[in-house]
Amino acid sequence: MFFFSGENMTGGYGGADIISSCTITVNRGEIVAILGPNGAGKSTAMKAMLGLLNLKSGKVSINGKDISKLTPQDRVKEGISFVPQTRNVFTGLSVKENLEMGAFLREEHIEEIINEIYELFPVLKEKSSQIVGELSGGQRQQVALGRALMTKPTVLMLDEPTAGVSPIVMDELFDHILKVKKTNVAIIMVEQNAKQALSIADRGYVLVTGENKFSGTGKELLNDPEVRRSFLGG
Amino acid sequence: MILKLEDHFWVDNMDIINAIVLLLNYIFVPALSYGSQLALGAIFVSLIYGILRFAYFTAGDLMSFGTMFTILFTWYFQSLGISLGILPTALIAIPFGIVITIFYVLVKDKLVFSYYRFKKSPPVMLAMVSIGTMFVTQAIVRIVIGPFDRRFFDGEKFILKANEFKEMTGLNEGLTIKSTQVITLLVTIVVVSVLFWFLNKTKTGKSMRAYSDNEDLALLSGIDPKKVVMITWVIAAILATIGGTLYGLDKSFKPFTYFNNMLPIFAAAIVGGIGNPFGAFLGGYVIAFSEILITYAYKKFFIYLLPESIEPDSLLQLLSTDYKFAVSFSILVVVLLFRPSGIFKGKVL
Ligand SMILES: Nc1ncnc2c1ncn2[C@@H]1O[C@H](COP(=O)(O)OP(=O)(O)OP(=O)(O)O)[C@@H](O)[C@H]1O
Ligand SMILES: [Mg+2]
Repeated sequence: MFFFSGENMTGGYGGADIISSCTITVNRGEIVAILGPNGAGKSTAMKAMLGLLNLKSGKVSINGKDISKLTPQDRVKEGISFVPQTRNVFTGLSVKENLEMGAFLREEHIEEIINEIYELFPVLKEKSSQIVGELSGGQRQQVALGRALMTKPTVLMLDEPTAGVSPIVMDELFDHILKVKKTNVAIIMVEQNAKQALSIADRGYVLVTGENKFSGTGKELLNDPEVRRSFLGG
Repeated sequence: MILKLEDHFWVDNMDIINAIVLLLNYIFVPALSYGSQLALGAIFVSLIYGILRFAYFTAGDLMSFGTMFTILFTWYFQSLGISLGILPTALIAIPFGIVITIFYVLVKDKLVFSYYRFKKSPPVMLAMVSIGTMFVTQAIVRIVIGPFDRRFFDGEKFILKANEFKEMTGLNEGLTIKSTQVITLLVTIVVVSVLFWFLNKTKTGKSMRAYSDNEDLALLSGIDPKKVVMITWVIAAILATIGGTLYGLDKSFKPFTYFNNMLPIFAAAIVGGIGNPFGAFLGGYVIAFSEILITYAYKKFFIYLLPESIEPDSLLQLLSTDYKFAVSFSILVVVLLFRPSGIFKGKVL
């Protein structure tokens, strides 16, 4: 029994099915990586788990509770937080305001949580009153992560958190994600940097044309000759 | 000899001061109050564009609607013998006008706009719908109060009269300051400060900016779109009623003029970068000053400054006041062509 799971999810954006019988599960304190070629339906699978997409069949549940019928907003209230692949910050607002908006549903302890986020991402404290649109790509990704963490989620879904950042910043971001994992959060992340992602992930799924093609622990996938040949570049 | 020379210089200095007073009187003071009135309209147009994501063509007529109710309440209070002494009675009528206008925009949203929002209609369609509600609003105003020109100002008209100023200073040129101009400026400063405090410092205000910035992420953060939309309409109704009433007090209330004012108001919002309320606020003054600077006849100004031999005989007016809307229109076109995000950065149209 997994803490958060989408089982046999089938559906799309109104036209043909983009994902079919796709299953993704994660436990608290675990990092699960979703890999696969461009257009495989990785983002779509994540959106389905958040409820941004109507599923034809399949079931999404958290902590044993079926949430398949809930709206995205209600799933957020259940403890799921999502960092979209694009447009994942409020560019016109300051860093601090972004964090405040992340905690919009919270009535109290906002300052405390903001301070926790600042401890996790010291650069955000330094830039707290700067407009996010003026930050570098790596800093923006940290704002996006910080905003998502403001709800104190039990599940964190990250769509390509390291897109467009340099290798050094990527390692930093992965370090941050590992820190978040240690706070007992269940993390699902879509990644293009497959090798690095699998090296920090506990488990991984490889999606191809919307279906689970391979799955296993990070090590298993890294060492699987077929996965290596087709997805990791030898 | 020496005395004569000094005399000559002294006269020249007076001429310069007269020329400056002339500009203050005919350009600066009127443009400041007209600019404030446009700014109040442009701010809510910009806000609606940022949050509801469409061009709200009912803007001018909403201002006329709010002003009309303020006038009706003003008449009612006058009939009861209530007055503010030297201040216009309309000032106590404004809150009542606002309440009715808020009610009107919320009903309009519920009956009309919410349907298209729910259907996720494209912005152009919503803009067209707002032209429809513009006609309805116009009709209501014409049925209730009629299309005529009305003055509803009472109280002390001038703070400074031209004659008094001339006596005080000994200058040829008079400076007139109407109480409506000062009221406009003071009310605008208060309203705009409160509005920007609200948008920048309160949780609800920040959530409105967040919603305008990135709707999807706002929804994922738990921001309630219904509340954001409702508050946007409430602010629009408040600004429309106040801006419209100030304009009517300063000039007069004629529904058709309010409809026409839509052009400078939209020009101000677009110059300021549509979706950016602070830009719209500044845009109001940019448009007002341009309009008045370009349609002012500078003949007298140059008569003061130039030696008699080369004094102008023509009016030295760049554009007749009949064509003042051409100024807003030209600015609009130039901004859209060369800097569609506006001078002060907003969304690209
Ligand atoms: N909003 C949408 N409406 C319609 N089709 C969409 C939408 N978003 C994605 N698709 C389609 O669904 C398919 C899968 O897209 P998805 O974004 O899930 O891929 P992905 O695996 O995340 O790819 P990438 O690695 O490039 O981010 C693509 O063919 C895409 O064209
Ligand atoms: Mg994707």
